[in-house]
Amino acid sequence: MRPSLIVRVGVLALLVAFVTQPESFAWAFEPLTRNGQPAIYTQNSLINLTLSHLAIVAVATVCATLLAVGLAVLVTRPFGAEFLPLSRAIANLGQTFPPVAVLALAVPVLGFGTGPTLVALFLYGLLPILENALTGLTTLPPAVTEAARGVGMTGWQRLLDVELPLATPVILAGIRLSVVISVATATIGSTVAASTLGEVIIAGLLTNNVAFIAQGGLVVGIIAVLIYDALTGLEASLLQRTGQRRPA
Amino acid sequence: MVEIDDLTKDYAARRVVDGVSFTVGDGEIAAVVGPSGSGKTTLLRMINRLIEPSSGSVRIDGKDTRAVPPHVLRRGIGYAIQGYGLFPHRTVAQNIATVPRLMGWARARIDARVDALLDLFQLPAAEFRHRMPNSLSGGQQQRVGVARALAAEPNVLLMDEPFGALDPIIRTKAQSDLLAIQRRFGTTIIVVTHDIEEAIHLGSRIAVLDAGKLVQYATPADVIARPATPLVAELIGGDRPFRLLSLGKVVDLVEAGPASGEPIRADASLRDAYAELLWTRRDVLPVIDATGTVVGRIRRDAITVRAGAPS
Repeated sequence: MRPSLIVRVGVLALLVAFVTQPESFAWAFEPLTRNGQPAIYTQNSLINLTLSHLAIVAVATVCATLLAVGLAVLVTRPFGAEFLPLSRAIANLGQTFPPVAVLALAVPVLGFGTGPTLVALFLYGLLPILENALTGLTTLPPAVTEAARGVGMTGWQRLLDVELPLATPVILAGIRLSVVISVATATIGSTVAASTLGEVIIAGLLTNNVAFIAQGGLVVGIIAVLIYDALTGLEASLLQRTGQRRPA
Repeated sequence: MVEIDDLTKDYAARRVVDGVSFTVGDGEIAAVVGPSGSGKTTLLRMINRLIEPSSGSVRIDGKDTRAVPPHVLRRGIGYAIQGYGLFPHRTVAQNIATVPRLMGWARARIDARVDALLDLFQLPAAEFRHRMPNSLSGGQQQRVGVARALAAEPNVLLMDEPFGALDPIIRTKAQSDLLAIQRRFGTTIIVVTHDIEEAIHLGSRIAVLDAGKLVQYATPADVIARPATPLVAELIGGDRPFRLLSLGKVVDLVEAGPASGEPIRADASLRDAYAELLWTRRDVLPVIDATGTVVGRIRRDAITVRAGAPS
């Protein structure tokens, strides 16, 4: 087994152990507490918060991916080319709004809870995926796209058999950025009562408990790093499998 | 047979191809040459409707190319380009099988065809079938590109600078391979090249384009001997006698008589024979056939006469 894999598995095991049995790690956080504050957040189970956090991120990212890739496909077809600037503008608009503002605006419409957080993450996740999907679909090797037309593929066949497979690694890089941003941003969702790991951090801030802030922040951080790492590996293997990078 | 009739392409105010007409007979190779920007690639791409002509028409085996949807038309026409355009995410076999698959051939027929083509292009099927394009050399990629173009047994093959990226030695080999394969299948080929040498070597006829207009369409010997415009003369260049000699074979001028020294093969070009005569300071060369038997001799004087301007 390669050392890098051992480190990855070790970190993942530690994460799983902590969110399922946080009390066993109380000793590590006790030094951060003052005046007999609790070292471990127990109002809500950490594992439930983590799973709900991940679920919100997953739903938002899947929706953002579907819309962004769909939009990118449409505006890179001959009939959609004039909408290319417009689609970029829409996605940029999503990024100019601070996530807190999106939450504040969404609460009156969607009420408190998971809804506004999903909307904010979805809007936030669009741009990186859209940008990368556009890049991936517009920078294919010209000889390859020329050949795809020349051998008599229809528009659909070119898209499904050639363009999307070759653009997938680049699109995946966009998804990776989007997921990492969402994992971090989802913590803010707890300010409007979404069930995420932000709850632990906010509880720490309200009660001035550094131990809570640290455990919430660490779990979110480690999840982000692990996802980033896994998607980077997937990208590399896709590049290799689609013949765009020679095997090392 | 490919009949190109008054083909014209306008881009905004610019006329890129201007009323070009010529016919390529069955099993002929038409080499389209011209300076860059003369419209040769546009002309080629109008034949399989990658570019729609502004006016004029193309008929292949008597059938107007506008009679079928463009993608159906293209499946029936081989297309090989500079850079080859192999699909990097598909194996060699999958690349070659592209058009047969699009045409819905049965699996067994596709496999047999792929193996036969790999064999024909000297890429042993067992070794190359599952290779990815990025693990092939330039010459191998070029052969896979042409194999893919020929996979569905098209009557017509269009080639755009197919040997442009190859080094000189591999290029000469690739050209002879193409000629051998063309003779075997009787494919009608239209090849675009900027290299007049390549055009003379490959073409049964040469079409010279200048600023979108067809200025000459004739056999290589005719183009060399009687260039229609100053541009054609310039393309041919100062070594016309040698280009003319490169078209002839030793066998054309072989005669009975004695000769000594290193022999030359009857299927060598007259240019090679002349070079050999000059280099070894001889006046006659013995000529041998493919089996090595001496069949006669060739004289330098006879070659010299052949190299002169036709009267």
